[in-house]
Amino acid sequence: MASTAAAEAPPRHHILSVLVENKAGVLARVSSLFARRGFNIYSLAVAPTDDERFSRITIVVDVESSPLEQVTKQLFKLINVVKISELDPADAVERELMILTVKAEPGTRGQVIELVDVFQGRIVDVGHDELTVELAGPPSKLDDFEDLMRAYGISALQRTGRVALPKLERQARRSTSGLRALGKVG
Amino acid sequence: MKLNGGQALIKSLEMEGVEVMFGLPGGAILPVYDPIIDSPIRHILVRHEQGAGHMAEGYAHATGRPGVAMVTSGPGATNIVTPLADAMMDSIPMVVITGQVPSASIGTDAFQECDIIGVTRSVTKHNELITSAQDIPRVIHEAFHIATTGRPGPVLVDIPKDIVDPNNPNSAMDWYWPDSVDLPGYKPTVKGHPRMIREAAKLIAEAKRPVIYAGGGILKARAAAALRELAELTGISVVTTLMARGAFPDSHPLCLGMPGMHGNYTAITSMQQSDLLIALGSRFDDRVTGKVGGFAPGAKIIHVDVDPAELGKVRRPDVPIVGDCKAVIEELLIAVREGQATAAEGGGPAQPDRSEWAAQLKQWQAQFPLHYDQGWGEGDALKPQFCIEMLRDNSPEDTIVVSGVGQHQMWSSQFWRFNHPYTWINSGGLGTMGFAVPAAVGAKVGMPGRTVWAIDGDGCFQMTAQELVTASAERIPIKVAILNNAYLGMVRQWQELFYEERYSEVYLSPDLPDYKMWAEAMGCVGMRVEHPDEVVPAIEKANSIDDRPVVIDFRVDWTEKVYPMVAAGTSNDQVILGPEMGEGGH
Repeated sequence: MASTAAAEAPPRHHILSVLVENKAGVLARVSSLFARRGFNIYSLAVAPTDDERFSRITIVVDVESSPLEQVTKQLFKLINVVKISELDPADAVERELMILTVKAEPGTRGQVIELVDVFQGRIVDVGHDELTVELAGPPSKLDDFEDLMRAYGISALQRTGRVALPKLERQARRSTSGLRALGKVG
Repeated sequence: MKLNGGQALIKSLEMEGVEVMFGLPGGAILPVYDPIIDSPIRHILVRHEQGAGHMAEGYAHATGRPGVAMVTSGPGATNIVTPLADAMMDSIPMVVITGQVPSASIGTDAFQECDIIGVTRSVTKHNELITSAQDIPRVIHEAFHIATTGRPGPVLVDIPKDIVDPNNPNSAMDWYWPDSVDLPGYKPTVKGHPRMIREAAKLIAEAKRPVIYAGGGILKARAAAALRELAELTGISVVTTLMARGAFPDSHPLCLGMPGMHGNYTAITSMQQSDLLIALGSRFDDRVTGKVGGFAPGAKIIHVDVDPAELGKVRRPDVPIVGDCKAVIEELLIAVREGQATAAEGGGPAQPDRSEWAAQLKQWQAQFPLHYDQGWGEGDALKPQFCIEMLRDNSPEDTIVVSGVGQHQMWSSQFWRFNHPYTWINSGGLGTMGFAVPAAVGAKVGMPGRTVWAIDGDGCFQMTAQELVTASAERIPIKVAILNNAYLGMVRQWQELFYEERYSEVYLSPDLPDYKMWAEAMGCVGMRVEHPDEVVPAIEKANSIDDRPVVIDFRVDWTEKVYPMVAAGTSNDQVILGPEMGEGGH
């Protein structure tokens, strides 16, 4: 995970939302296909959907668009892959969850709590000189918060990787632009 | 009906119409071998699991029905990885059943345990570990469905011992047979998009120098008749790739033969200079295109393939059509006929005048035929091409020819005349040495009434020759012609042309082993031929034997090279016709 992402230009990333059958080994099939084609997966999140037969894998890849076409076509060929949608970052709602433990000695604790409030995070654990904070939101907001916390000393940090869905109002207005279904509609 | 998992597995294979399977038992698969005794399915006991896989492939090539192989866990399973990779590359329908250690032992490094699902993930169309005896009929039915539909390919089913062992309660199941498959992520496209079909017909009607680039997909789709109709309707000449030899008759005036690295000049150059390539079930393989940037620079591309991932993988098509080759060609025929009728109503010609192009093709064919020189004088060596021509001329016209990989494969493809589909079986994509003998056994099992000749190299033969023991024991009378040049000939050719004649580890010896004695030890008739005069009598004798396999050791000229040749990485404009054009273009 790029902890310095906030300082750099936003990555050229693509979001693939992959609906798969909820079966053993499917994640390995999907991830090994990316590995074989030499793609670096930036983040990956997987969880069951409202239909227990299917899971959704949200994959963020950092690539140019033309080789991505070949990788999505190869993904389609996996029998357990039901549907692949490519989400345009501009037309998608992206969210991520982060928990981090930050140094918060009596002298700085007030400032840390203030910043947590500003970012609408929650303090989920309190130690003698540390706090553990939960923050959910757009990945860029998490980047900003992480950057601010670094000044106080981060002792542990975990991010989930992003999940995404198409923006509704955009979809209603331009029905095909937000969610580009790449075929294989199950 | 209560069955155990082993019985359910064999019954499922029977329900799929399996008539023969190739395999070798072992610990983990033992319980499945017991019900085979009571089954009408013929089981052929191989001597090495790789042989089982290639036999299943040869059977599938020759018959169009899925080949079935069954082996045990661990080394049995890893030994069949090469045939799986081979079938994946050449889109061959095959179902491989592997035993697995009991469910409770999986992950413990048990005896003969191997994660074959993990190992074969990238060399199978699909694979699956069955976890419950109750799932066996469903998974087997799905495996055959996946292997045989869409772009065909190999499917591996891994079965833990406990769910097939009648002494284990895990093997109890209630028999059923699914009447459909429920695979929400698998719906291959068959019919072409109507707008794309019309676009394709329009390009065909406008093209002045069109060429049909027919690939192995024609044979997989059983589309040879449709292809012929399209070629004759439009008058467009056809090149047949290595995987498509026989898909269009070599005797047809519109047939240009094989393109590619060792294709003939006319086939290669017609593609280079065409203004429209109609790619039907072909995949722009590097051995066909040469340097991709220099391939057919002036051609528009119509690309028909059942696998969407092939469209645009190498060359971006002007008209991409996803669909089954047979269905699409038949739709295309209708669209072309409509276009011709409309043109006729308008008083115009049905298609542009292509007589200049046809004359050009004829001129190249006359000027640059395949050639070799068989000398008949004292000390003149026997030419491998001559052996192939004599085999061709002295065997039935519908003989099935199976080859290994290397020089003998290229000469066979060049010098045989394939006038019927499914008469040419070889390992194209993976290039698996040792393919010929077991694949020929599989083909002969599937087509017992046909003559089956394996044309093999001496290097290839040594890799899988033990399956001739299988052939003798099972009374499968294949015939094997070893073109014995005492070298790994294709490697030697590259070392001669591109490594300054520095021959590194390519010499094999003409008589170690003694192929005639080896053949006889394996229960075959063995012969040796050293002079051109002996060739035809030996072939006639071999063709008259039908109760056991025959092996002829042809001692051929080791200096002979495969020409024409387009050197790897160069453009198809640089066809080296023969040694007189300079050593590989140096």
